[in-house]
Amino acid sequence: MKHDTGKKVLVCCGTGCLANGSLDILTGLRQRVQDTACGAVRVEALIKATGCNGFCEKGPIVKILPDDVSYYRVQSTDLDEIFASSIQKNEVVERLLHLDAATGQRIRSQHDNPFYKKQTKLALRNIGEIDPTDVEDYRERGGYQALGKALQEMSSEQILEEVCVSGLRGRGGAGFPTAQKWRQCASYAASPKYVVCNGDEGDPGAFMDRSIMEGDPHTIIEGMLICARAINAAAGFIYIRDEYGLAVKNFAHALQSARKQGFLGKNILNSGFDFDIEIVRGGGAFVCGESTALMASIEGNVGEPRAKYVRSVEKGLWGQPTVLNNVETWASIPPIIQHGGQWFHSIGTATSPGTKVFSLVGKVRNTGLVEVPMGITLRELIFDIGGGVIGNREFKAVQSGGPSGGCIPASLLDLKVDFDTLTAAGSMMGSGGMIVMDQRTCMVDVARYYVNFLAEESCGKCVPCREGLRNLLNILTAICQGKGCADDLDLMAEICAAMAEGALCGLGKSAPNPVASTLKYFRDEYLAHIVDHYCPAGICKELTDFVINPDLCTGCRRCVKHCPADAISGNPKEVHSIDPAHCIKCGNCIDNCRFQAVQTMKGGSSQ
Amino acid sequence: MNIDEPIPVTQEILSKYPREQRYTLTILQDLQREHRYIPREALPLVAAHVSLPLAKLYSMATFYKSFSLSPRGKNLIKVCDGTACHIRSSLILVDEIQRLLDIAPGETTPDRQYSLETVNCLGSCAIAPVMVINDTYYSKVTPAGLRNILSDERSAINET
Repeated sequence: MKHDTGKKVLVCCGTGCLANGSLDILTGLRQRVQDTACGAVRVEALIKATGCNGFCEKGPIVKILPDDVSYYRVQSTDLDEIFASSIQKNEVVERLLHLDAATGQRIRSQHDNPFYKKQTKLALRNIGEIDPTDVEDYRERGGYQALGKALQEMSSEQILEEVCVSGLRGRGGAGFPTAQKWRQCASYAASPKYVVCNGDEGDPGAFMDRSIMEGDPHTIIEGMLICARAINAAAGFIYIRDEYGLAVKNFAHALQSARKQGFLGKNILNSGFDFDIEIVRGGGAFVCGESTALMASIEGNVGEPRAKYVRSVEKGLWGQPTVLNNVETWASIPPIIQHGGQWFHSIGTATSPGTKVFSLVGKVRNTGLVEVPMGITLRELIFDIGGGVIGNREFKAVQSGGPSGGCIPASLLDLKVDFDTLTAAGSMMGSGGMIVMDQRTCMVDVARYYVNFLAEESCGKCVPCREGLRNLLNILTAICQGKGCADDLDLMAEICAAMAEGALCGLGKSAPNPVASTLKYFRDEYLAHIVDHYCPAGICKELTDFVINPDLCTGCRRCVKHCPADAISGNPKEVHSIDPAHCIKCGNCIDNCRFQAVQTMKGGSSQ
Repeated sequence: MNIDEPIPVTQEILSKYPREQRYTLTILQDLQREHRYIPREALPLVAAHVSLPLAKLYSMATFYKSFSLSPRGKNLIKVCDGTACHIRSSLILVDEIQRLLDIAPGETTPDRQYSLETVNCLGSCAIAPVMVINDTYYSKVTPAGLRNILSDERSAINET
C-alpha cells in the first residue's frame, strides 16, 4: 500500500545549520521515508535540503509544507516524532515550534515568527524554499522568466531603463547606481565585454553573499545573463572566496544545469545570444574584494588595486569594458525585470530603494541573516528582529560596514538605515554586516581589531594606507596595554584624516573609519585606558582585574565551574574569590555570573 | 598520489590546465590542497607552465593568504577571529591553545601533528566563537570546553 503524504520537508543546510548537525537531520528523515519502502505502507514525502533560512541562532531548522510548520533546534532524537506526527499525520510537535519570548506563545508558521515578520525577502526570496541543486525548484518559483522576458520582449535599452527606474544601488557597499554602471559600459564599442560577479565576501561578520551563492545560485546566473544581454557581453566570471567550499560546489552545479537547460552557452533560448560564466576561486586576500584588485586576481596577478583614472566599465578585465557587481546586486536583477523597476522603487527609501540583507551578529540574541526594506531603524533591526542584546546586557554600539565601517552608539538607534544615513553617521553600509556590541565589548579593542585586520590585508602599494595603518595599530596596541599618552588621540585623528584623503583605493580611504568613529562616539573609553589605565569592558588584559563583590555573590559555584584556569575558589553558599595570580582574564566568570557579582577593576589593583 | 613526491604531483596538476597566466591562482590552490603547502620544487614548474618569471610566482604565493610556503601540520586548527567571534572572546581560545599545545598562530607543533591559524570569518557567526579542526566545526567554544575538545582530538589521533 502506498501513502502519499503530499508533504514537502525542507531541511535547512546552510552553513550555520550544517555546523549544528543538519546533515544528520536530512539523512535521518530520508532514511525514515526509505525504510517504509519494504513495509506494509510505503510513505511518500519529499525531503529537500535548502540554503540558509537566516535564523541561524535556532538551527537546524526543518520546515514542513503544505502545513507551513517550522521546527527549530531539531535534534536527531526528535526525528521519530516528527516523522510519525508531522509527516505521516498532520500533527504538530509543539515543543519544537518557535517560542515567542514576548508572548510566551508557540508559533507555528515562519511568517508569524517575529524574526521574519518585519522582513521583506527579495534577494533572499528563494533561499530556504528551494533545493539549490535543483534548477526545477528555481523555475517553479518564477526562475528564468525574467531572462525570457529580457531576451524575447525587451531591447537592451529597455533593460537598462528598467534597472534605471528601479534606482538599484550596488549592494557591495559603495551604493553606486547600477544602471549608470551598465549604461556607461554599454556605451563603449570595444569588444569583448565582460560581466563579473564579486563573491569575494571578506568582511568579517557578513555572510549574505555566501548564503545566496549557496542557497540560490541560479538567481545570480540569471542576473548576470540579463546584464550581459543589455551591454552585449561575451563572457562572465564569478570570483568566489576560496573558504566558501559549498558556494563553489553549488554554483558549479548550477552552471552545469543552466547549460543543460539552454540558459547558458550558445544561442540561449533561441535568441541568438551567447554567454557563459566561469568560476574563479579567490586566494584569501581581503583586498581582492576591491573591484580592480579582483580583476587583477582573475587575470592571474597579485591582487593589487589600481588607481581608477579610467573606470573598469571602460577598461576593466584584460583592458576590456567590464561590469562588476556584488552577489546581492545580481540577485536583485531578476525580480526587477520580472515585476518592473517601479515596483522595486516603491520599496525602501527614495534615495536607497529596495531591500538590504543584513547579517545580525555579535552580542545579539537572534543571530542570523535578515532582509528588510531600506529605511528601517537600527532599533527595529536589533531589538524587534534581533531580539535585543544577549543576557539583557546594555546595548553599547552597533558596527556596520565591515572592517572599514564605523561604530554607531546607542544615541543613534533610531537612525533610519540607508546608504546615505550610515555614511553621515561616520559608518557605511558596506556589505551589510551589523555587529552588535554590549558593555563587555571594549571599543578601543574593537578599533584595534579592525586596524589590525586592515593592516594585515592592506596590499602595501600606497603609503598612506600601509604606513597609516601600521602607526594606528602601534598606537592602539599601546593604549590597550595601558601605555597610551594624552597626545595619541589627536595624532590618530590626524593620521585618519591623511589616510582618508590620500589612499589609493576604497580600502585605504575608508580604513580609518573604525578609529575615527570610536574616537568620535567613545572618547571616554579611550581616556579611561590612557588616563585611568582601566578598561571598563574588562577586555584589555593588562588593564583589568576581575574581582567578586562579596555583597552580590551567592556562592552558586557557577563561575568556579566555568573557570578554565581553576583560579576561583569558594565553598557552596559562601562568597567566592578569584586568585589574581592564576587568573588568565578570559572573562568566563563575568559572562556566566547571573548576579553581576563579578566585576572589573583596574589591572593590578586586586593584588 | 604520493605527496612526498612534489614533482609528479605538480605535473599532474599542471596537465589539467591550459598554459595561460589566468590559471596560475587555481594551480597554486590545487598544489596547496594536495600538499598542505606549496613545495619549493613545484614553483619553477608552474612558472614554466604559465610562462611567468619565478619571482612573480613567489610574489603570488606570498601575497595570497591561503598559501603557505612551509609545511603545515597534519591537523589544522582554525580559530575564527571574525568580528562576531572576536567580541565573543575568540582570542582567549588562541591563548588557551597556545598554552596547551605551545604553538602560536601560524606555527606547527614539532611533531607536525597540529598547525594553528586564525581566520577572518567563516560566516558561522551564529555559533561564535567558532573553531574548526580539519573539517569539523566546534560551536560556541569556551576555554573550558577547548580542553575537552583537544584531548578528544588527541586520543582520536592516537587511535588511528
